[in-house]
Amino acid sequence: MFVLRYLARRIVNYAILLFIAVSLGYLVASAALDPRNAFDWTNPNLNKAAVNASLTQYNINPDTSIWLRYGRWLRMVFLHWNWGWTPRGEAINSLIATRIGVSVRLVTIGTILSLVGGVAVGAWSAVRQYHWSDRIVSFICMLLISTPTMVLAVVMQLGATRFNQATGTQFFQFIGETGQHPSYFGAGLIDRLQHLLLPTISLAALSMATYSRYQRNLMLDTLGADYVRTARAKGLRKSRAIRHHALRNAIIPMATYFAFGVAQVFVGATITEQVYGWNGMGLYSVTSIQQQDINGTVAVVAFSGVCVLAGALLSDILIAAIDPRVRAR
Amino acid sequence: MSKKDKPVFESDALPERQPGVPVLQIADLNVRFPSEDGVVHAVRGVNLTVNAGEVVGLVGESGSGKSVTSMSVMGLLDENAHVEGSIKLHGTELLGRSDDWMSEVRGKKVAMVFQDPLSALTPVYTIGDQIVEALQIHGKYSDAEAWDRALELLRMVGIPNPEVRAKNFPHEFSGGMRQRVVIAMAIANDPDLIIADEPTTALDVTIQAQILDLLRVAQRETHAGVVMITHDLGVVAGLADRVAVMYAGRIVERADVNDVFYHSRHPYTVGLLGSLPRPDLDKDEPLTPVEGNPPSLLNLPPGCPFAPRCPMASEECLAAEPDLLETDLAGHTSACIKFASLSDKKYEEIYPHEEIPAAAEQGTREDAEVILHVDGLVKTYPLMKGSVFKRRVGTVHAVDHISFDIRAGETLGLVGESGCGKTTTIMSILELAKPEEGRVVVLGKDTAELSKSDRKLVRQDLQVVFQDPMASLDPRLPIYDIIAEPLKYNGYPKARIASRVEELMALVGLEPAHANRYPRNFSGGQKQRVGIARALALEPRLLVLDEPVSALDVSIQAGVLNLLERLRVEMGLSYLFVAHDLSVVRHIAHRVAVMYLGRIVELGPVGEVFDHPEHPYSQSLLSAIPVPDPVKERARNRILLQGDLPSPANPPSGCPFHTRCPKFQTLDEADRARCTGETPLLASAGGQVDRQVACHFPEGVSVF
Repeated sequence: MFVLRYLARRIVNYAILLFIAVSLGYLVASAALDPRNAFDWTNPNLNKAAVNASLTQYNINPDTSIWLRYGRWLRMVFLHWNWGWTPRGEAINSLIATRIGVSVRLVTIGTILSLVGGVAVGAWSAVRQYHWSDRIVSFICMLLISTPTMVLAVVMQLGATRFNQATGTQFFQFIGETGQHPSYFGAGLIDRLQHLLLPTISLAALSMATYSRYQRNLMLDTLGADYVRTARAKGLRKSRAIRHHALRNAIIPMATYFAFGVAQVFVGATITEQVYGWNGMGLYSVTSIQQQDINGTVAVVAFSGVCVLAGALLSDILIAAIDPRVRAR
Repeated sequence: MSKKDKPVFESDALPERQPGVPVLQIADLNVRFPSEDGVVHAVRGVNLTVNAGEVVGLVGESGSGKSVTSMSVMGLLDENAHVEGSIKLHGTELLGRSDDWMSEVRGKKVAMVFQDPLSALTPVYTIGDQIVEALQIHGKYSDAEAWDRALELLRMVGIPNPEVRAKNFPHEFSGGMRQRVVIAMAIANDPDLIIADEPTTALDVTIQAQILDLLRVAQRETHAGVVMITHDLGVVAGLADRVAVMYAGRIVERADVNDVFYHSRHPYTVGLLGSLPRPDLDKDEPLTPVEGNPPSLLNLPPGCPFAPRCPMASEECLAAEPDLLETDLAGHTSACIKFASLSDKKYEEIYPHEEIPAAAEQGTREDAEVILHVDGLVKTYPLMKGSVFKRRVGTVHAVDHISFDIRAGETLGLVGESGCGKTTTIMSILELAKPEEGRVVVLGKDTAELSKSDRKLVRQDLQVVFQDPMASLDPRLPIYDIIAEPLKYNGYPKARIASRVEELMALVGLEPAHANRYPRNFSGGQKQRVGIARALALEPRLLVLDEPVSALDVSIQAGVLNLLERLRVEMGLSYLFVAHDLSVVRHIAHRVAVMYLGRIVELGPVGEVFDHPEHPYSQSLLSAIPVPDPVKERARNRILLQGDLPSPANPPSGCPFHTRCPKFQTLDEADRARCTGETPLLASAGGQVDRQVACHFPEGVSVF
């Protein structure tokens, strides 16, 4: 009961924050972007009057006052849940829905993998602090963190091409979400997984390396903690004392990193999407601005705002679930 | 243990009790740690035996190797530690065993109680679960059986209402209660050896008395051998049968407890005892500090490691390190070649006296100038709830109408358990702002009427020395800048700052040539001297000392206390001295104020309050202090307080102490109603003007 009231209060707070953020986003986008530039005005065949008329119809004509447009846009969103149209007349709602779907399919596995892997690798190397194995893992992590995603993605693509050529197979698939596949049962799934393999690695590698660094430091703190020594003095073997007492405490701060990391990954996968040809939210966040798509840009802002706030809420819930000291407050 | 020379053991059987074999035999234990600067030889040839049912006190200052020795027994040293020698439990060798084997022994045969109960329990599990874990790892308990046994243990260590409390998390317990849980965990599997590593150092003195009492009970119940590691000679005097004194990684003296205290045969032990302020005796002379600092264990020069600090040292002492050998007394060993010359000498005859000039003869107290006058001071904190919309749900009366004054040249000791409002009191005074209620008058100036520039001037007369010398000095500033800072910001002539800093450093006993060094280059005692020099830079009239020696070892503490005493006399200072160590207060203070839940319950001259406390709280507080005198200590009757300090957010009605008051228990209905209904005010007791007690039924009692 208390928890529900607490959550309700948090959600109301976040909704207000989100409204302010999206409104600012709308005003900035409307002021900075000019949808007329999406059309080639030097083209003598362009029906300028028609374009102007359609821009007015889509509520993105810069000739209309910005406050008038903002008012209309608010009514549209709140009364009809209609986020408007692109300058070319596509409905933002369906566009975004498709893109979010693509993003979810792209990042879900990678995110889970990066968290679990990051925690495991971090904890493992903390226990072996300054052993050669820790040094190697640390080196690889630092290498991954300092490699731009672009480089990693392209290098993997090149490697995959070589591998496919050398073996004469099509094991690595790296363009788009699906491709041609035989029709036996499950072939569709395997085909999807094949397409997911490289983008998942390129997405997960960086965040896994980052998580593992955080986790290693947190773990080093708790490994030296008095309560781990108490657990050992009770007669717990080292591995059990580490798993039950050190790791459990070291994971608590990770919940925050993780929750905000999730929020970021949805709109931050631009480069991976570009390289592997996935049309997700990350790519759309860039193209919407390039194409002077005011409504699209605002929708991206709104979506990433929701992601960040959902991340914050998620981290509150996660921490309350694993840390009794927070629950008591 | 390096992996190459793994010893082969005849049997993997766990050590069992055997008649005639001591519980623990440590022989020639050596522990070395690699460090960036070289190998640290932390334990250098320790020999120690502990029999069943015996309490052995292991005494020494920080860095003397006490804890490393105990962790070697547990097999819980860092993996890079190099351990040599032999540790036998019931005659079975423990060194070189696998971790799995040692895990069987730990918790079952050897249990440990650690120093800091606040961090010794895993925060994310209930205490019931943590005790159950300790039980199930060694015995075949079903979940229900283990839970029942855990409740039984909690009841045994005095946790009220264990059925409910077992489901609580560690953060819901006070420090003393957590230490009880740790002890419950230690005795869960009926161990043969209990190692207690400074088990009461982090606790208040009344809680310490409860925990020591509990350790005695636990030891009787389990008939275990106990190794009691502590720096507090009072604790040892009351609890230990035999004592081993450690210095620089070795045992330098080992004997029966009475012999160590009354017939010491090692100058270091003599020095420790001499530098200890006594809670039960009036000070008539300065303490005798042991000069210098313990040696680094990195590259120990040949010869007796104590020789550089020893007043009796001569050429022969530097030739070779003396072995721990039998002395003229039976069962008494000492690592001093001159032990014979120590017989029947008092420490005053061995250690040089520090001369402190006598204070100028003063008139009566009434004639002296009032330096600080506090009248009805109140400080409250709102108790807030809610994370987004904060709302006030209560008020914490941190300081509740307290009044006292300090006259010129006087030291007022402010004592009480943690959370009683000592620190809030001095912070409210140091703020120099208008208090919520009441008046603070510094040198005749009411803080409520001060303008900003006045306040700055008054602040020059009112300086402070903090508890933790490591934390109160900026690690990135050289000592010169630290001491010069107050001078710089208070318009001291620039040209004279350098000479003033030099003067100050010499005044507090630091080498002025070290002015360009950083705080990390100084030892704890020296750092505190820097803090004192900084506070004295502007020649204040009143110095507020917030636990100035509680972070220091005894032998170092004595030097700082003597320094403070000398400065007070030489510079005509007054001190407001906040401390939880009552022995220190008795030594340094003229008057003492005992605080409980934000109120002063007793105020008066230190000798009278200590010898004949009238408030039941002062009585129990004073009776809880261990006296470093085994015969006296064992003959004392402790007034044990029940439970913990009540929450200051919700203090008991009437007299705030009635919930824990031993006197209250003996009163009849009508008198009790007075205690629960009417708050007693601080009033003169026994016709003395400067002696005040806040109790309806005061009665003088001797507690030492």
